[in-house]
Amino acid sequence: MIEISGLRFGPAAHPILHGIDAAIPAGRITALIGPNGAGKSTLLNLIARQLAPAGGSIRLDGQDLLQAEPSQLARRMAVVAQQASVGSRVRVRDLIGFGRWPHCRGRLGAADRAAVRDAVALFGLEGLEQRFLDELSGGQRQRAFIAMAYAQDTDWLLLDEPLNNLDLHHARNLMAQLRQLAQARGKGIVIVVHDLNYAISWSDHVVALQGGRVAFQGPVAEAATAERLTALYRTPVMLTLLDGRPFAQYHR
Amino acid sequence: MAERRLVALGGLLAAAAALFLFWGLRGPSAYILELRLVKLAALLAVGAAAGVATVLFQTLSQNRILTPSIMGFDALFLLLQTGLVAGLGAAGASRISGLPGFALETAVMLAAALALFTALLGRTRHDIQLMVLAGVVLGVMFRTLTAFLQRLMDPSEFTMVEARMFAQFSGIDRAALLAGLGLMALAGLWLLRNHHVLDVAALGRGPARSLGVAYDRLQLRVLCLIAALVSVATALVGPMAFLGLLVSSLAHSLMQSHRHALLLPAAALIGALILVAGQTVFERLLHLQSTLAVVIEFCGGFLFLFLLVKGKIR
Repeated sequence: MIEISGLRFGPAAHPILHGIDAAIPAGRITALIGPNGAGKSTLLNLIARQLAPAGGSIRLDGQDLLQAEPSQLARRMAVVAQQASVGSRVRVRDLIGFGRWPHCRGRLGAADRAAVRDAVALFGLEGLEQRFLDELSGGQRQRAFIAMAYAQDTDWLLLDEPLNNLDLHHARNLMAQLRQLAQARGKGIVIVVHDLNYAISWSDHVVALQGGRVAFQGPVAEAATAERLTALYRTPVMLTLLDGRPFAQYHR
Repeated sequence: MAERRLVALGGLLAAAAALFLFWGLRGPSAYILELRLVKLAALLAVGAAAGVATVLFQTLSQNRILTPSIMGFDALFLLLQTGLVAGLGAAGASRISGLPGFALETAVMLAAALALFTALLGRTRHDIQLMVLAGVVLGVMFRTLTAFLQRLMDPSEFTMVEARMFAQFSGIDRAALLAGLGLMALAGLWLLRNHHVLDVAALGRGPARSLGVAYDRLQLRVLCLIAALVSVATALVGPMAFLGLLVSSLAHSLMQSHRHALLLPAAALIGALILVAGQTVFERLLHLQSTLAVVIEFCGGFLFLFLLVKGKIR
């Protein structure tokens, strides 16, 4: 479980997050939702320790994340950033191999290579392993970065807008794979998603942010009501049930 | 494949070195050979240092156009040299030549480069254009400050600075060469143990940190290394603007790999090869009718443009 308390970020005059208190359950998919500029990516990057908070604390199973040793933390939590690109010319297979760095420090053994093959197969990258990253499409590159985080083999997986650049097929497959990872492997997954329907139909838990504050949070079925979503996005949102799953209607 | 290319590069370098040593060997051959050996050692050291420093800097800045020279590293070194002579006077500066002088210069260079470039890389990492601009402005500033100091000097001091700035492989300070080689051996040892982490660092600060790399500490160390290597190269022969860019482009396009275990040796070998071949052409074909820098930047410039147009460099 990730416990966040009193988390602040940004200059005192224009804070981006004003004291966030939230709990993110282990072994579940948690979606961070909210309008543009609400602070979703900032919160994710603070949990991922890509940013340093102005105050407050983040605890992972009781351990203070801000004090944790980076190399040890990398075996517990993997991150896929929003604009994933690299300056050097890396092949897809080698990129995924970097996911094994926290375990093998660059000396890939048989187990590491097996993990890389596993990740390649899971994210449909067969045939692309030898390609350079800058020769791939945006969606393929995105999948390569997700495969790298998967190969890191951590209990927690943080993804910042993983559906960007993905077509219908791959977006849906990715969410199904995340679902599978949470259910079968007990991984805790935190995602920032813009598409409300992807968020409510695939995730177990939501944390909704608005203007740098938590608007509401909790299990999807209880927390994400039509009134709350309407207020959150300042747009009329109707919730219906489609095959027993909530479906949001907000297009017109 | 890439490994075979490394071996081929090594073979070419050995051939070039042999050509440099034995072509036109007449008269008191033992004496001439000794002179040439010292010169060859300096050429190898400078080429390797410039090549490795550039590849390292490009890894840190995640950019394949920037080089330490473009960012003003060697201009900083020249400014420090000039400042030293201006501050201590010609007599004072000549007293600290040789090994202590080299050590002092390197230490000052390390401190200055760290202070400047840590801040610069930290603030402008997200914005390459800003980083290039800041580097170019810094380089120009260092050069103008150097020129300004030189105008204030008396002629004897100026002669001394000039001799230091344009040493150009003719009168090589053997103590400085030995110290430089020692420093490079230390750098090589560090790289031998840490080349894997550089591969991860090339992914950028965010991904590297999420993989558990203590990126900021690593960056500090690599900047130290770059400053030391640039000091070695600049102390031995003076500034060479284009060499680093050419070498790193060739190393990247020849190796087609992100692995520093391949890139760094390739850059060292290519840098050394270019300098040895250039010096051979300059001494034996052009009969010293120009400068080595002109030979390298002229031929190197053409080679670079040719490869760029052919799409071999990206």
